[in-house]
Amino acid sequence: MKHIISALVENKPGVLAHVAGMFAARAFNIDSLVVGRTEDPQLSRMTIVVIGDDRVLEQVRKQLAKIVPVVKVQDFVGQPVVARDLMLIAISVPPEKRPEILSLIEMFRGKVVDISQKFVMVEISGPEAKIEAFINVCKPYGIKSVARTGTIAMPRHAKIEA
Amino acid sequence: MKSKSRTSAGSADQITRRGEQAVKTGAQIVVDTLIEQGVETMFGYTGGVVLPLFDRLYDAPINFIVPRHEQGGCHMADAYARASGKVGVMLATSGPGACNLVTGLATAMMDSVPLVALTGQVRTELIGNDAFQEADTTGITRPVTKYNCIVKDVKDVARIIREAFYIASTGRPGPVLVDLPVDVQVTKCSTGGPAEMKLPGYRVRTKGHARQISTAAEAINKSKQPVLYVGGGVVSANASQELRALAEKAHLPVTMTLLGLGSYDQRRPESLDMLGMHGAAYANYAVQECDLLIAVGARFDDRVTGKVETFAPNAKIIHIDIDPASISKNVSVDIPVVGDAKVILGELVKEVEYRERKRWFNKIAEWKKKFAFRYDQDSSTIKPQFVVEELCRQTKSGAIVTTGVGQNQMWAAQFYKFIRPRQFISSGGLGTMGYGLPAAIGAQVAMPDVTVIDIDGDHSFNMTMTELATAVEHNLPINVCILNNGYMGMVRQWQELFYNKRYSKSYLSNPDYAVIARALGAVGITVDKKEEVPKAVKQMLAEKKPCVVDFRVEREENVWPMVPAGKSIDEMSGLDILERLI
Repeated sequence: MKHIISALVENKPGVLAHVAGMFAARAFNIDSLVVGRTEDPQLSRMTIVVIGDDRVLEQVRKQLAKIVPVVKVQDFVGQPVVARDLMLIAISVPPEKRPEILSLIEMFRGKVVDISQKFVMVEISGPEAKIEAFINVCKPYGIKSVARTGTIAMPRHAKIEA
Repeated sequence: MKSKSRTSAGSADQITRRGEQAVKTGAQIVVDTLIEQGVETMFGYTGGVVLPLFDRLYDAPINFIVPRHEQGGCHMADAYARASGKVGVMLATSGPGACNLVTGLATAMMDSVPLVALTGQVRTELIGNDAFQEADTTGITRPVTKYNCIVKDVKDVARIIREAFYIASTGRPGPVLVDLPVDVQVTKCSTGGPAEMKLPGYRVRTKGHARQISTAAEAINKSKQPVLYVGGGVVSANASQELRALAEKAHLPVTMTLLGLGSYDQRRPESLDMLGMHGAAYANYAVQECDLLIAVGARFDDRVTGKVETFAPNAKIIHIDIDPASISKNVSVDIPVVGDAKVILGELVKEVEYRERKRWFNKIAEWKKKFAFRYDQDSSTIKPQFVVEELCRQTKSGAIVTTGVGQNQMWAAQFYKFIRPRQFISSGGLGTMGYGLPAAIGAQVAMPDVTVIDIDGDHSFNMTMTELATAVEHNLPINVCILNNGYMGMVRQWQELFYNKRYSKSYLSNPDYAVIARALGAVGITVDKKEEVPKAVKQMLAEKKPCVVDFRVEREENVWPMVPAGKSIDEMSGLDILERLI
């Protein structure tokens, strides 16, 4: 099962290496890992998507929490969360296919951020499934390249207030 | 740890009373912080980028031991910590010095030993340039330390060293490494009062959950066939008294892991000695048949559990441990209690009641009689077990015993009867050959008045024997007993049992150890007759100098019983041999 783990970590050098090294050393699989700043300059947030059974995930949480510069660990499984990926995708589009692809982009609420004779670059965000679906519909046109962020997530507000 | 504010005499920098501003170099701050943390003894080897530190140590009030190799120094600091309960300190230079610490750090990490390693590093502006003697020390040591970091600003030195001692010695203890670039060591900084630690991600739970403790007590009171299974955590928590109180009050048999040896007096009737791969058959049977297993400061290591799916199949499991990640890692636990073993056992004692459990204890007594550790006493050759028994007899179970790794280690664990904690010092988790000699040195430095014996193997001794020179230099009366069978004995045993006696690369030609010992300034004795063993042990124990005794033992003796890899711990080989020897 896929779990989204959110870890608040001290914003120090070596922390990412420590976390990534722990995953490798204990043979846990990382599906994606995103690091970014938070509202507190001392802290960064790592959002890690891990696949595994309950036993594996219990160890992932505990081993993460054990790392000294890791301040807090949450597993969002079973909670209402907003989870989003961001993708930039360059699609090969001959001029005659442009209207068709533009309507697809609109359907997926994507945004054209660059356009040339042969390609359009699209910025698109959303749940992972939507991103995957968009890639699939673009395949017949030819995908030149894809850059994805991996998942970031936050529990829904009602929960935070409670 | 008590902080002592002493100042080092003759230092170039003026140190003023606490709280006042003083200008000091990074190196001076390091040394002052070590003293403040109560460091009286440390180990270290010099080098290019630690010169400023060694200059400040020149007249510091610290007993300083220089090993012959950084690995040896790291094991010394480790055993110093295990024997004394204090934090061990090891200092090494950058690059090769730091790399040579890796085995020692990994040994300490696996066995949860509080250690602070300080390493020099090339100048900050050279880092990443492949400078002379540069290595990515924090990168290399990250997986083998509880925590490590590099100090890039002299203002952080005092705080980070305090944090290192705190992290190393609290929670589940472990090694912490601090990397100190040489420019940080020479930069001056005005310092004031104590720098506050900043560790938002480090929390230690010591007090156990009250309801969990009550649930555990209830389970103990209800149990008809309980077993206490205790590990090194009881030793590091200094919880032996509480353990004994619990075992006596509730009337529980106690088995120990290799690192748990000494936590419970093996002369007591409740002791089931060591369990596991080469543990006592009676301990393994008791675990397999128990209805309640109370694990304390132990981590269900594969050498203990054997085939994990069939480990303690009928038991409810209580697990008391300070490390939440140890709980349900290998075996799923019914009643976890996270916290300090001393505190939790103390609470548990209050809630348990005495139960006679006559049938259970009778059954155990029968196993004990039938499957005691035995060897052929009538053999004309020197049996290694006989040497260990003789050492135990002549030291009246009072010595600190360190070991190499392999058969020597197992025979030491089986045939020396330990009676107090911090008495048995061995590389359990990592299984580091060569640990025994430097460990004996570290233990002797920590406990100058106690007899220290390294029960070693010939090939283990080969790995670090250069440290004998360190023992001689510091006049440490350690005793090295080499159970010399001319083989890497445990490897040979496996090759005999599982590889059709094809002894592939498991023997080397050995030097004359007595001659080597004498060349290094120690006493060297060779024993090749069984009847000479008691006399040689007596002579060794009377020596004031380091002493090496080369016991030429039976070459192809095996360690029994043995749980073959992948089997349940009640599927032991060698029980027929033990029974035949009754």
